[in-house]
Amino acid sequence: MNVDAPLGDFGDVLFYSALAVYVLAMLLHAVEHGLLRRAEPATAAVPAAVPAGVAAGADDSGATAVVPDDPALADEPAGPAGPVGRPPRPASERFGRMGVSLTVLGAALHLSMLVVRGFAADRPPWGNMYEFVAAVTLVGVLAWLVVLFRRPELRRLGVFVLLPVIVLMMLGGTVLYTQTAPVVPALHSYWLAIHVTAAVISSGILLFAGVASVLYLLRSVHDANGRMAWTAKLPEATVLDRVAYRATAVAFPIWTFAVIAGAIWAEAAWGRYWGWDPKETTAFIAWVIYAGYLHARSTAGWRGRKAAAVNVVGFLVMVFNLFFVNLVVTGLHSYAGVG
Amino acid sequence: MTQTLRTPPDEAPEPPAPRRWGRDLLALARNTWRGLTSMRTALILLFLLALAALPGAFIPQRGPSPQAVQDYFAAHPTLAPLLDKIGIFDLFATPWFSAVYLLLFISLVGCLVPRTWEQIRGLRARTVAVPRNLSRLPHHAAGTDDRDPDEVLSAARRRLRGWKVDVREEPGGVRTISAEKGALREVGNVVFHMSLLALLVGIAVGKLFGYEGDVIVMADGSEFCNSGILAYDTFRPGLRVDGTNLDPFCLDVDRFDAQYRPDGAPQSFEASVRYSDAQQIRTGAAPTPATIQVNDPLRFDGERVYLLDHGYAPQFTVTFPDGEQRTQAIQWEPVDPSTFLSQGATKFDRPSVTTDAERRRTQLAITGLFAPTSSGGGVVTSTYPALTNPEVAADVYRGDLGLDSGKGQSIFGIDQSMVDQGRLVRVARQNLTPGQTITLDDGTRVRFDDVKQWVRLQVSHDPAQDAVLVAAIALLVGITLSLTIKRRRFWVRVTPGPRSPSTTDGRTVSGGEGSSVELGGLARTDQAGYGEEFDRLRTDLLGAGRRQTPTRQDAPGDHGGTG
Ligand code: HEM
Repeated sequence: MNVDAPLGDFGDVLFYSALAVYVLAMLLHAVEHGLLRRAEPATAAVPAAVPAGVAAGADDSGATAVVPDDPALADEPAGPAGPVGRPPRPASERFGRMGVSLTVLGAALHLSMLVVRGFAADRPPWGNMYEFVAAVTLVGVLAWLVVLFRRPELRRLGVFVLLPVIVLMMLGGTVLYTQTAPVVPALHSYWLAIHVTAAVISSGILLFAGVASVLYLLRSVHDANGRMAWTAKLPEATVLDRVAYRATAVAFPIWTFAVIAGAIWAEAAWGRYWGWDPKETTAFIAWVIYAGYLHARSTAGWRGRKAAAVNVVGFLVMVFNLFFVNLVVTGLHSYAGVG
Repeated sequence: MTQTLRTPPDEAPEPPAPRRWGRDLLALARNTWRGLTSMRTALILLFLLALAALPGAFIPQRGPSPQAVQDYFAAHPTLAPLLDKIGIFDLFATPWFSAVYLLLFISLVGCLVPRTWEQIRGLRARTVAVPRNLSRLPHHAAGTDDRDPDEVLSAARRRLRGWKVDVREEPGGVRTISAEKGALREVGNVVFHMSLLALLVGIAVGKLFGYEGDVIVMADGSEFCNSGILAYDTFRPGLRVDGTNLDPFCLDVDRFDAQYRPDGAPQSFEASVRYSDAQQIRTGAAPTPATIQVNDPLRFDGERVYLLDHGYAPQFTVTFPDGEQRTQAIQWEPVDPSTFLSQGATKFDRPSVTTDAERRRTQLAITGLFAPTSSGGGVVTSTYPALTNPEVAADVYRGDLGLDSGKGQSIFGIDQSMVDQGRLVRVARQNLTPGQTITLDDGTRVRFDDVKQWVRLQVSHDPAQDAVLVAAIALLVGITLSLTIKRRRFWVRVTPGPRSPSTTDGRTVSGGEGSSVELGGLARTDQAGYGEEFDRLRTDLLGAGRRQTPTRQDAPGDHGGTG
């Protein structure tokens, strides 16, 4: 097992390029968001029971199922639209589309960074926290692109999805940065690859779900009392809620699998499948909280804001698991090799 | 909510009746049970479980990290004993933690039994009849067809293969199909919760009847036998294990091989062993050779043997002035895991000594540091973990080792108080490479012969482990089904109607003049994508050659969120 250090350094270059491209993409989405016309003030006055977007005109889902580009939120009048031909694209849309293109470019760089790191270290590229964070954020971005592909009208969430990705990547590139290196024998196991891969995929999707739930909370507070006017530009609350739920519903079985694969690995490596190591404990807590979220969403009196809050707490526990438990608490999992 | 959560309906006010204790008690029990098994209670218990486990993420636990607990006590001398009183350091064994999960699982049983029962009945029940007004459903389409209702109906049935289908008739020759799909979702849900239950039972059985023990064995052909607690250095029995009835087996450790990278990072560890299970021991058959590696324990007959740790054991031969010789190699403990600089104490009794008093003057101990790859020079340090240039910085002590004092002492050191009292005196200090000898003032010769390796093995026994794995897999399958399958309904209503005037192919349709067809669809769960499936069904059933009237597409929000 040989480490190719120059190749690893090239990976770092790709990492920072991806990061820079994401920052640009986020800025473009921010401009897009800024240019969006606010929903009618009437929206806020509508009783919460009526979906705000529907009341305000074909704000969202209803119309967008047919017209992907959501004209109700155009920033400017359709211009001197002639009697024939499509009205010119509103500026917000042009910025949004550029943002998406850059996000795709960033994801491509991001992916190549992981591939390069993998070749440099001759192992799956998630053997330390830097690489883990890089992989999780990539999955988060990919999850976002998949959602975008299926529901283009959600594009204006771009700023909010990219923001945590960028923050995590910056932390990953500084605090958690690690040179390319092989892993210790306890980590030579294909169960490691399986376990960590599943953890990466589920964490990335849960990252997206967490963002959607935060936005849902903001938007539904706005719907209830009209505060935080900017959130009126977000997609309708029910849409955010559903996106968050679907992402969690996809991620939960994967997370369950990650925990089980971890237990199988622990059984082979440490002599027991479960030992309440701090990392295991926190993974369990997160799992229970997400189970709680899924329950809450189908329990009268809990669905809606309470459930969304639970989802956010679940994601905070995941982040806590990554940072606090790896860096501060010592346990068997402290191989993270930060330094 | 179409598939409701069975929160108990509020108790209807009981008719005034003569109060009887028995009845009150019964009502109380029933209410308690209903409360405990309600979804809301389950939810709160789930959060309580997460909360109860939380300290385990911050505060070291005796089980996995006893050393960290000691450090914690040292760092927080006032707080730690208080936390200890409420069991924080053994969190997962405390009564209050157990109480939470036991309640949760009672609640789960209470929830599961009726659900399972309902499902079994549901399997035989017919599908829901076609709603009167299909156009009010979130997915709806209508059209006409040249064929007569029977043909349309059988075509639709063919198309709906794989769905649970019921055909009904309505007045006026109207025929309907109600179809359902995705019952597996509910099955998955019940399988998931059942497996959770099984998982807990499996874990409990393991905790009761399993055990774990550690033992250090020299990797020079030495043997370990699973004969009882005393065979182990440490032994952690399950609650119903007293150590008297362990499955007999023996294990000889022949070799230990470690490989390191040039920078000293470990690459692979492997112990070569031979084991005899109960039958081989009984019949005297030859033992089975095997290897144990990190991540790859030896498994046989429900036993697992792990390679946890390894180290060096310098071997010394002491030749006493009267010519008697004693040879010993015991484990020294690594003090630096990256270079395997080790420390220890190899202790000798002088043979041919008869009285205790004399024994206490003549005991010998060789202590100091051992380097597998010595840096050379006066002060011995180690630069590499493998055995390339071994050297011992030996201190030889003579006198009373204090072994008879009844006080336990570390096998890795001597009793410093004996030295302080002058009853144990250092008589030599010298660095030795293999083959070198120190001669003491009384003519005793201490020779550093060679280095052996030792391994620390863990024997684990858990009769329920396989069951736990099976439960975990079932759980995973269950939750995947439950979260990915959509439950959906599809209805067809075929009304005998006028033949569509646009059809001019002159085909004779026996006994009828065409039909009008109406379709409706409803997704019963939160899942997206039913719209597309509905579209495909519509195209197939109302497609080519048939006339469609404008239809309604996905309702806003796709009718999700009704669970
Ligand atoms: C350790 C405890 C539990 C865990 C981890 C757990 C986990 C889950 C999960 C992940 C789901 C989501 C499946 C889905 O949405 O289809 C679910 C659904 C459900 N659970 Fe639990 N559960 C637990 C205990 C209970 C208990 C005690 C009850 C009884 C009150 C219960 C009743 C239900 C019901 C009725 C559903 C279906 C909800 C729906 O159809 O949307 N669960 N459970």
